[in-house]
Amino acid sequence: MDWGSIFSNAMASALGPDAIVYALAAIGLNVHFGYTGLLNFGQAGFMAVAAYGLAASVATWGLPFWVGIAIGFGAALLLALLLGVPTLRLRADYLAIATIASAEILRLVFGSVTLSDWFGGSNGRQQFADTFYDLNPYSSRLDFGLFSFSANDAWVFTVGWVLVALSCLAVWSLMRSPWGRVLKSIREDEDAVRSLGKNVFSYKMQALILGGMFGALAGFMLAIKQQSVIPTDYATDITFFAYTALLLGGAGRVLGPVIGAMIFWFLMTFLGGFFSSAASIDLIPDVVMSDIQASLVRFILVGAGLMALMIFRPQGIFGDRREIAIDGR
Amino acid sequence: MDVETSATGREALASVPNTPGAPKPDPIIVGDDITRTFGGLTAVDVEHLEIQRGVITALIGPNGAGKTTLFNLLTGFDKPDSGDWSFNGHRLAGLPAFKVARLGMVRTFQLTKVLSKLTVIENMRLGATGQRGERFWLSLLPPLWRPQEQENTERADELLRRFKLDAKREDFAGSLSGGQRKLLEMARALMVDPELIMLDEPMAGVNPALKQSLLGHVKSLRDEGRTVLFVEHDMDMVRDISDWVIVMAQGKIVAEGRPEQIMSDPAVIDAYLGAHHDADLSELDAASIEAEASAELDQEAKDD
Repeated sequence: MDWGSIFSNAMASALGPDAIVYALAAIGLNVHFGYTGLLNFGQAGFMAVAAYGLAASVATWGLPFWVGIAIGFGAALLLALLLGVPTLRLRADYLAIATIASAEILRLVFGSVTLSDWFGGSNGRQQFADTFYDLNPYSSRLDFGLFSFSANDAWVFTVGWVLVALSCLAVWSLMRSPWGRVLKSIREDEDAVRSLGKNVFSYKMQALILGGMFGALAGFMLAIKQQSVIPTDYATDITFFAYTALLLGGAGRVLGPVIGAMIFWFLMTFLGGFFSSAASIDLIPDVVMSDIQASLVRFILVGAGLMALMIFRPQGIFGDRREIAIDGR
Repeated sequence: MDVETSATGREALASVPNTPGAPKPDPIIVGDDITRTFGGLTAVDVEHLEIQRGVITALIGPNGAGKTTLFNLLTGFDKPDSGDWSFNGHRLAGLPAFKVARLGMVRTFQLTKVLSKLTVIENMRLGATGQRGERFWLSLLPPLWRPQEQENTERADELLRRFKLDAKREDFAGSLSGGQRKLLEMARALMVDPELIMLDEPMAGVNPALKQSLLGHVKSLRDEGRTVLFVEHDMDMVRDISDWVIVMAQGKIVAEGRPEQIMSDPAVIDAYLGAHHDADLSELDAASIEAEASAELDQEAKDD
């Protein structure tokens, strides 16, 4: 078994475009769930409208790339308003139901045959990110010794991590301000906040929009890194993987979602590599599991690991044990 | 708002008649025909209500009398079926809770709502109104809100000292005891600088040692010119600190008056404690109680 390549693949994926996409999506969820207590189960929807906003603008309607980015952000804003206006006055669970349903609706609409002239049906849209790659300063592979990125990946890698860093900076400075204090208070008890004269609905809406914007960034990065959008990329599992990353790192912490996304992708790739090579060299005999089954074991293990984390370290890696202990009172 | 208003307020109450819904010389709250039903149950049905400015008014009544529901209605936390009420001449009907609070009418809760995972001082800072840093874009520019935050913190520290919570400043509010939470909630409400402070059972779950100091704090609210309206079951507290008592039963105001008058009103005692409250249960004849109960049942059957 080639431990070296399994490890270097895992490292590449922990630092590469996948982790960047999930880190951005999880930063958005952190604003929603970690700081404000909003259960958004439809982050995939925010990613999808942004990605399709960009892809369809450029590939279908021939608009410039940057106009497409603006349309993507606009679409995410619209989605946040549509979801928030009816549900944010209700209990938290209603937002959860509305978001997960609308993310699925969006995915089906983008993949529908009727609208395939716009969104390309199940084939999606390609050829919309040329402007982005034209700006690429790298002309050859970027070598990190242990692993290397192609010139295009290196450009995504650079822009992506700059975006993650800026997003973290934004979240950090917002959450240490009085504005962030109102959000954290809403997470604790929104009636108390109301009784002190704060417009809770407005703050929840602002949080939903802000988190949706980070979701839009994640959608752009996902679309750009593979230079295509297809409906299946925006299925609900992307939301739940982003939640996994968030809980792994620690909800309500600035760096929680970033570290969580890196660990999540490291583990996924490492376990995936380990099991597929173990099955292929018959370290795991065929009677126990086939190659294909072996490649799925990683999901089981990551799930079991998440359960163990919730039991033994519910605050995540960055969380504050004292905060969690209060819930037990 | 000073000591004088509260003193004149109390004197003015002397001439107010002891009738439910009695008009007051200087009311801060005036309400009319406020009703709220839950299914078939009429929780609140108040014909007329006036709360005198600058005094402590107690709202008492047996469990289920509609006291907390009335609180919720007045502060915008619940919507009435009908009714109209005003605060300082400002119509409040249909106004959301946060706007009611901004007008200077702030409430606390029966089950204290401290923000457990925020520190005590952060709980206090949240109470300050008109914070520039609470606006999204301004919050990104600390120089614009830091000075105000500094002022708010100083005011918060002063209040924490007054409520003897200064030693807990950096602790999570969730680690406080029940009584300390009541104190924190009261102090936090004061950060809003309300004209009227409404306390929902401030003594519930508070140990006797802390009760005395809580009583002192409630009195001090009045003495600095604020109006206090509170719901309470603790009769000692009601007798001790209130200037005026409103008695509710089954959603209606059944009596009003100064505490000493109310406490001796047999109708109130019956409504509040039941007709048998003075009798020793062991001396009651089981047969006669049974007869009484079955008579009541018969009567109800006839009414249906």
